[in-house]
Amino acid sequence: MSEDGVTIKRLRDKFPDSIIESHSFRGDDTVIIKKEDIVEVCRFLRDEKGLAYNFMMDLTVVDYLNIREEPRFEVVYHLYSLEHNHRVRIKAPVSESDCSIDSIISLWIGANWFEREAYDMYGIIFKGHPDIRRILLYKEFKGHPLRKDYPVQGRQPLIGPKN
Amino acid sequence: MTDLKQGLHTNYMVLNMGPSHPATHGTVKFLLTLDGETVVDCDVEIGYLHRGFEKMCENGTWCQVFPYTDRLNYNSAIINNVGYAMAVEKLLGIDIPERCKYIRVITSEIARLADHFTNIGAAALELGAFTAFLYFVEVRELMWELLEGVCGARLTSNYIRIGGLYRDLPSDFKERVKKAFTKSRSLYNDVDKLLTKNRIFLDRMRDVGAISSEEAIAYGFTGPCLRSCGVPYDVRKANPYLIYDQLDWMVPVGEKGDNFDRYLVRMEEIIQSMRIVEQALKGIPDGPINIDDPRIRLPAKDYVYTSMEELIDHFKVVTEGIKPPKGEIYFAVEGANGELGFYLVSDGGGKPVKCRVRAPCFAITQAMPRMVKGGLIADIIPTFDMINLIGGECDR
Repeated sequence: MSEDGVTIKRLRDKFPDSIIESHSFRGDDTVIIKKEDIVEVCRFLRDEKGLAYNFMMDLTVVDYLNIREEPRFEVVYHLYSLEHNHRVRIKAPVSESDCSIDSIISLWIGANWFEREAYDMYGIIFKGHPDIRRILLYKEFKGHPLRKDYPVQGRQPLIGPKN
Repeated sequence: MTDLKQGLHTNYMVLNMGPSHPATHGTVKFLLTLDGETVVDCDVEIGYLHRGFEKMCENGTWCQVFPYTDRLNYNSAIINNVGYAMAVEKLLGIDIPERCKYIRVITSEIARLADHFTNIGAAALELGAFTAFLYFVEVRELMWELLEGVCGARLTSNYIRIGGLYRDLPSDFKERVKKAFTKSRSLYNDVDKLLTKNRIFLDRMRDVGAISSEEAIAYGFTGPCLRSCGVPYDVRKANPYLIYDQLDWMVPVGEKGDNFDRYLVRMEEIIQSMRIVEQALKGIPDGPINIDDPRIRLPAKDYVYTSMEELIDHFKVVTEGIKPPKGEIYFAVEGANGELGFYLVSDGGGKPVKCRVRAPCFAITQAMPRMVKGGLIADIIPTFDMINLIGGECDR
């Protein structure tokens, strides 16, 4: 394990109990935290002087079905700080039985569509999101296509007035 | 004077704009609530071009992802190629030859030029300036001819490979670029004169769709739309990749963050991209374009047909795919619309576990309601044009 960046150190000092693991691979700092603390950790990263992660660049989910045991999903946040020009990746494991995590829309309004897409593709509920519904797919779509157990050739029932 | 509206019964009108509307290119629907001609509410519906990019990537080898990336932002396909290739290279931890870096920069910037020309041309057309559109389509054609000379395709280039390129530049490429850029500059100046101080164009663009820099950052804006708010964030400067830090170019920024500033930023970026291409062509070194590692880059065909080891390597790369180490990386390049990020997860096998694209216009499009609310319905057209929504990229 390589030496930790400033962000990881600051997070370890501030949230010693919520950090599950941290590592740095190819220069990408990654922190895995408990999902209950996601909003607090993000708020700290955004507002703390010296960190100032003002961009929520990306939000997505990874499905680790058949790759590892529970928790099956991981919600992945990529933050970027314009002032200090550094990046961090925050990951929050989410189990299949409790498929939900707190929404960070109160911190970054831009998380809105990213969370909707994550719900659409993986079926993860973002608690506190004002308008959680499908975004890329249509309302009648059955299942969540980016889950690993959704078949590649999966068919959907026909919709429309004739059906 | 009596109030004419007194006792007058008015209702909001709900209007579907799109998905097949001449101005909603890229296929998107606006569900508008109108009070007369004023937009009270707007809901943007995307997803009409959703193809399941990530699902397809997860079921192909690492190399098979390239044709899919072409179809993200199809106006500047090579930038997507470069972004994905460099993300995989970061995951592999390899460095590419110097000449390859130069060629990647040159082709990326030509693709960016084509994108900006398309964007401004289409915007001008929808505001009634047909001449500017024709001029810029002609320039775009010149750019596409250059790219066609390099990789054989105009739009879906599929040119970059992991650890190298599909092939080298044609021998007379410098002359071709010189000729095309001379013509482009003259057409560019014509369009500049036609649009930049045009009263009609100014009236439609100035102070329309404006957004403050704080809000733009909260929404996750990047690229020309963010720079028009005065934030000089460009991935090429902030996290320089390839050879961008060795070249002399500037990042244009706007002041107000309205549509006219977005237009001006793009116009200036065209100039800067041309400078980058010319400088890179001047300094391009000779040498190999591919890394010399048969486990990653396919060996040359001559060797495949004559030597056993190369044949085996070729067979392994094609059937099993290259095998990056276990891990995950995020890598961003500056796409024509902003930060184009790739988040890759590998379990050490021949297929990606996850191949996520952070599409710049996805984040920008979600601010559409914020930008058009309170304005006139006609103002949706320039705002939407300057966002430069590309369906392939937004819907993936």
